[in-house]
Amino acid sequence: MSLDAKIPQGPLAEKWSKHKFNLKLVNPANKRKYDVIVVGTGLAGASAAASLAELGYNVKSFCFQDSPRRAHSIAAQGGINAAKNYQNDGDSVYRLFYDTIKGGDYRAREGNVYRLAEVSVNIIDQCVAQGVPFAREYGGLLDNRSFGGSQVSRTFYARGQTGQQLLLGAFSALNRQINLGKVKMYTRTEMLDVVIIDGHAKGIVTRNLITGAIETHSGHAVLLATGGYGNVFYLSTNAIGSNVTAAWRAHKRGAYFANPCYTQIHPTCIPVTGDHQSKLTLMSESLRNDGRVWAPKTKEIAEKLRKKEITAAQVKEDERDYFLERKYPSFGNLVPRDVASRNAKEMADEGKGVGTSGLAVYLDFAEAIERMGEDTVRAKYGNLFDMYYQITDENPYKQPMRIYPAVHYTMGGLWVDYNLSTNVPGLYAMGECNFSDHGANRLGASALMQGLSDGYFVIPYTLGDYLATIGPKPVDKNHPAFEKTKQDVIAYNNKLLALKGNKTVVEYHRELGHIMWEYCGMARTAEGLTKAKAMIKALKADFWKNAILTGENDEVNAALERAGRVADFIELGELMVTDALNRNESCGGHFRLESQTEEGEALRDDENYAYVAAWEFRGEDQEEVLHKEELVFENVKLTQRSYK
Amino acid sequence: MSQGNMNLTLKVWRQKNSQTSGKFVTYKAEGISPDMSFLEMLDVVNESLTRKGDEPIYFDHDCREGICGSCSLYINGRPHGPKRAITTCQLHMRSFSDGETITIEPWRSAAFPVIKDLGTDRSAFDRIQQAGGFISVNTGGAQDANAILIPKVVADEAFNSATCIQCGACVAACKNASAMLFVSAKITQLGLLPQGQPERYSRVQSMVAQMDAEGFGNCTNTGACEAECPKEITLMNIGRMNNDYYSAKLFREERAHEHTGGEN
Repeated sequence: MSLDAKIPQGPLAEKWSKHKFNLKLVNPANKRKYDVIVVGTGLAGASAAASLAELGYNVKSFCFQDSPRRAHSIAAQGGINAAKNYQNDGDSVYRLFYDTIKGGDYRAREGNVYRLAEVSVNIIDQCVAQGVPFAREYGGLLDNRSFGGSQVSRTFYARGQTGQQLLLGAFSALNRQINLGKVKMYTRTEMLDVVIIDGHAKGIVTRNLITGAIETHSGHAVLLATGGYGNVFYLSTNAIGSNVTAAWRAHKRGAYFANPCYTQIHPTCIPVTGDHQSKLTLMSESLRNDGRVWAPKTKEIAEKLRKKEITAAQVKEDERDYFLERKYPSFGNLVPRDVASRNAKEMADEGKGVGTSGLAVYLDFAEAIERMGEDTVRAKYGNLFDMYYQITDENPYKQPMRIYPAVHYTMGGLWVDYNLSTNVPGLYAMGECNFSDHGANRLGASALMQGLSDGYFVIPYTLGDYLATIGPKPVDKNHPAFEKTKQDVIAYNNKLLALKGNKTVVEYHRELGHIMWEYCGMARTAEGLTKAKAMIKALKADFWKNAILTGENDEVNAALERAGRVADFIELGELMVTDALNRNESCGGHFRLESQTEEGEALRDDENYAYVAAWEFRGEDQEEVLHKEELVFENVKLTQRSYK
Repeated sequence: MSQGNMNLTLKVWRQKNSQTSGKFVTYKAEGISPDMSFLEMLDVVNESLTRKGDEPIYFDHDCREGICGSCSLYINGRPHGPKRAITTCQLHMRSFSDGETITIEPWRSAAFPVIKDLGTDRSAFDRIQQAGGFISVNTGGAQDANAILIPKVVADEAFNSATCIQCGACVAACKNASAMLFVSAKITQLGLLPQGQPERYSRVQSMVAQMDAEGFGNCTNTGACEAECPKEITLMNIGRMNNDYYSAKLFREERAHEHTGGEN
């Protein structure tokens, strides 16, 4: 199968407008004859479900949480970008496009990224109309702040809870459509497979997480908005329930998985304290607007700090290395996430890390408190400071925060074309669960932007084109594919429930996480990746022999849920390693030690790797097949990324 | 497994499902580190139960950073445990002492039936919001965001109400199992903003009617909800809601949202 991205021809700025005009429309009277399945209720899923219902389609919305409002988008802290140029500081659609392409290290599609920048301005308007309480200036106008990877203030925010407020906006739009009867909501329901008929997606198989009932649901199209797969690393900033199962099962039914090796490591997380830890907590990137990152200049001072012989405040100014400001004078502490993360790791690797483990650097607000006063700092970042205090028992107003990079976001995901369609007709992927828009690295405040862009402003147009093509004939729920897929799911779950070994699923997950972090984390080598691949294969074999599960299917069974998700993470982990091994270059969040500049920055190989790697599943225990979508750059010149 | 020095006794409510009755079961939690969160402590207990082939304790949780509102737990008689303004997932074991006995129960309210062990069904909250907790605006035609001026103090006040995470601690804490703090927070957020004015009075009527239908009790101004709210939503919200409600009843009775099941 050829990979046609369906990027419209013509000038960059006109592609989306022209495309919208060329897309087929569904007559309003016919819209009610179509059923659309939307899986996931985060920013992408909730906004899509609400918008499609507003248009008149019958929407079935699914989430594994007890309420759509608990989707993990809720946890995003910092903000959402939009090229409004309200600040008059030189922002424009083109600049947002350019920053995003550059930030992604030239591994994203120009067409998609431009569209994202273009609709970003509508997103803010839409959210404000819904009553999202963004931060305001005294004159009543919207306030903005700046984020990593950009030199303008284009980030809209709602204290440190932007994700929660945006999601509540989408949730309320969804609630309105539930009230109107246009959305049927299925909570505590997990998608476990996709039903394919004649090559088209026509439904899903789900497990009711209360009764265990395995059910089938039909629709003219299936839209996945199920988030990212960062939990493959066990420890990440993701919610515990975030998983790849829906996307992975779709992959095993034919949807290509693109760029799985692109993982974003976020530089400002609270460091690990021990093996009991179940997740890592992110501190918003916005903290780097005012906080200064530093490590001690010498190993000796670091050693004293680790042993608590001295405190951070006792380290004199000339004994501190503000390494981001020193190395990147123009962007300073606001360099993009991959750059900040690698530099923190470098400090720890050189023995200059702080905290008991040595795996941390300081994020210091002393200067900001002196400059603005503690009250102003509290008004800007108070809830983040409180959160830090709860977790660490250290007061960040009195001593610098300890931060270290952690897995945060996955840029890879299901391959989609410009219409957000996977290579399986009728199967769409939106938000973090698709691969598009961010390239090899994601800039801050752009995940929320992409989720809402896909859900509010892209899919309502592009889905109609497909639906108009297939026509409103009802989906045949009696087609044998429904029962067959359902039986496959039942058999798979029974296989899991029969595991009566001696090692818990959580132990397997933790072990997978260690392998992934060590060999497919912040830095990768061919040697390490080869080793990891063998280790994951062995882990998989062991899982299916020695894992232990308790309980039955027909009841609430968190162990069964977790087991299915971990089994999928193990398989995906192997593909991530395969992809990382294939990509013999460094770019963005994928850093191959073999490929770096003299200054230690990621060194791309545009001649050989300016492509999207889309992987095709060919059967259990078979090597996946690589398909390449060449990336074409007509508007930006590929240059070595520099934030100096 | 990282070792800590705390040994605790847990009295945990176990209940197979909503049809069966439950009981307290005692477990030992040993080698607990003060750096663990309360939920991580339960993870450790569950791992050892699983290894023995016993059913792990079920509890709702997800983001584990105090924002998703999934985690609940009545700990030693208080929703989200002994500390103010945090959720259970943000509670750390350093708040307890070695040798302590900790009693853990699910939210207590007829409107939140137990699903299993410590997990409850809070979907009544969703149904209240579906009854009118929104602004009726379609996607795609919004005016420029800065065309709607909102004074900073108003935006901040609306934001304070919007921080509710829908965890249900207010209901669990209330002797009447009243949902008024939760409901009033949404009504206040939208009622303060210019965008929320057109449906302000029908909204309050629809949401209050649904709240009553779900079986929540009334407010008697005890203030336990405010004291236990992890996001510090204030009783002022209930005052605003009552004000809107009585204004609606006395002067502005409007047709509440009645389009359930209809065409758009």
